[in-house]
Amino acid sequence: MAESPIIEIKDVSKIFKLQDQTITALSGANLSIAKGEFICLIGASGCGKSTLLRIMAGFEKPSSGEALMWGKPIGGPDPSRGMVFQDYALFPWLSVRDNIAFGPIARGLSGGEVRATVDKFIDLVGLQKFATAYPHQLSGGMKQRVAIARVLANDAELVLMDEPFGALDAMTRERLQDELLEIWERTKLTVVFVTHSVEEAIFLAGRVVVMTPGPGRIESDNALELARPRDVASPEFNDIRRVLGAKLHSHHSKVASAPAAA
Amino acid sequence: MLWRRLKPTALALIVPLLLLAFWQVATTNQWTLLIPTPYQVGEYMVDFAVGGIYDDAYSGTLLTHLLASMSRVYGGFALAALFALPIGLLIGRLPVARMLLDPFLQIMRPIPVTAWLPLSMILFGLGAKSAFALVCLGAFYPILLNTIFGVRAVDPKLFEAASMLGCRGNAQFYKVVLPAAVPSIFTGLRLGLGLAWFVIVVGEMTGVPQGLGAVIMDGRTLSRTELVICGMIVIGVAGYISDRVVVAIGNRLLRWSPNHHG
Repeated sequence: MAESPIIEIKDVSKIFKLQDQTITALSGANLSIAKGEFICLIGASGCGKSTLLRIMAGFEKPSSGEALMWGKPIGGPDPSRGMVFQDYALFPWLSVRDNIAFGPIARGLSGGEVRATVDKFIDLVGLQKFATAYPHQLSGGMKQRVAIARVLANDAELVLMDEPFGALDAMTRERLQDELLEIWERTKLTVVFVTHSVEEAIFLAGRVVVMTPGPGRIESDNALELARPRDVASPEFNDIRRVLGAKLHSHHSKVASAPAAA
Repeated sequence: MLWRRLKPTALALIVPLLLLAFWQVATTNQWTLLIPTPYQVGEYMVDFAVGGIYDDAYSGTLLTHLLASMSRVYGGFALAALFALPIGLLIGRLPVARMLLDPFLQIMRPIPVTAWLPLSMILFGLGAKSAFALVCLGAFYPILLNTIFGVRAVDPKLFEAASMLGCRGNAQFYKVVLPAAVPSIFTGLRLGLGLAWFVIVVGEMTGVPQGLGAVIMDGRTLSRTELVICGMIVIGVAGYISDRVVVAIGNRLLRWSPNHHG
């Protein structure tokens, strides 16, 4: 494993100033991600998981520390790092086809290349019948499929997902989780997936990064050795769930015993 | 089945028919002597439209006056759109433009078109130019304000989505801001056109020989109330039809927008 990591987060902190308050959203985070990994960031709200993801996307700059991709500082958003938002952020005035074509067109591909790329990824997410539909005519699950296809059509090396299935019903979520794993296995993409569901994290990830709030920081980094496909009802699955659940809530006792420092 | 189809029309007719009945009762009982009966007005409307009954100066001139007014309504409206759209885009997108123009326009906005009549006649002379200017002024503010609102209310997520797909800087104006603002701009244009019809009578107080406003002003001077009422009805119907056409265009153009079906 001499290959350098695709993403390196070195001692990254992020401080937001709101009027006269300063909020430490993320404090001293270190994380290294190898190409092809599937990583879940998990934690309660305010733990900085979304901030860390947005720093990797280039939407936010670290207040201190370094965020690197292939060893170079992340300067801003880039097609090589695609983001899938919880609330989809599809362009409502564009059809499914045109939403997926947005990136390829922005990158200056020819008409034929755009068409071929769009066809390929519409097939991949199974939306052939809805190619000409507008986002408001789609269900939440279908919208998120479009958002995923839109990122993949742009040749993203790294897919960042911010609680992408959080707004979906349980059945749809399970289907999309399966589909996402299938796509990941087939394409060998690198995925960073933010969630607050322990079960979702264990089902999907090769590594689960547990984060705790007040201030947001990385509590632990847990490699999962479970074989795929994973069975959420198996005893091994439940053992991991118990361990991670305990880590997730570890800050409660600290907060309770510590003098009001936050 | 049949009732369900007819219900909207039937309900829409109730209030006008009640008004008509009240008008009939009030005039036949001679509660007022200055207002003609509905029948007289109807008869005069036919004469106004095709002539052959009274054969006075206004017989058979409806189309002439309607076309004269329409040219001012649509001309003034087009002129207003020509000014309001670019200024609105500028104010909405550039803080400097907002600081420069917004206070001034906010002070000018409450001044009614009627108040501008004398100045308009001094600046643009008696006649058609003045009428254009006043109609333009009436249509200007709704287009301006809705354009500003439209470009300012773009979901910030869409900018992030565009930039991670490779569309940055000025390209975002054409690919994100403009399409996202279209529904709002469209609402502004619809309101502006409605106001153009609304102010046409004031616009045609400037001494133009033809136009529905001119007819109403003549009717007033000559104490020919039936002429006034005919002019009012034609303006109402023409404005209504004009609005329905705009709504039909909007429904087609804004198929993608879930809340734009008038």
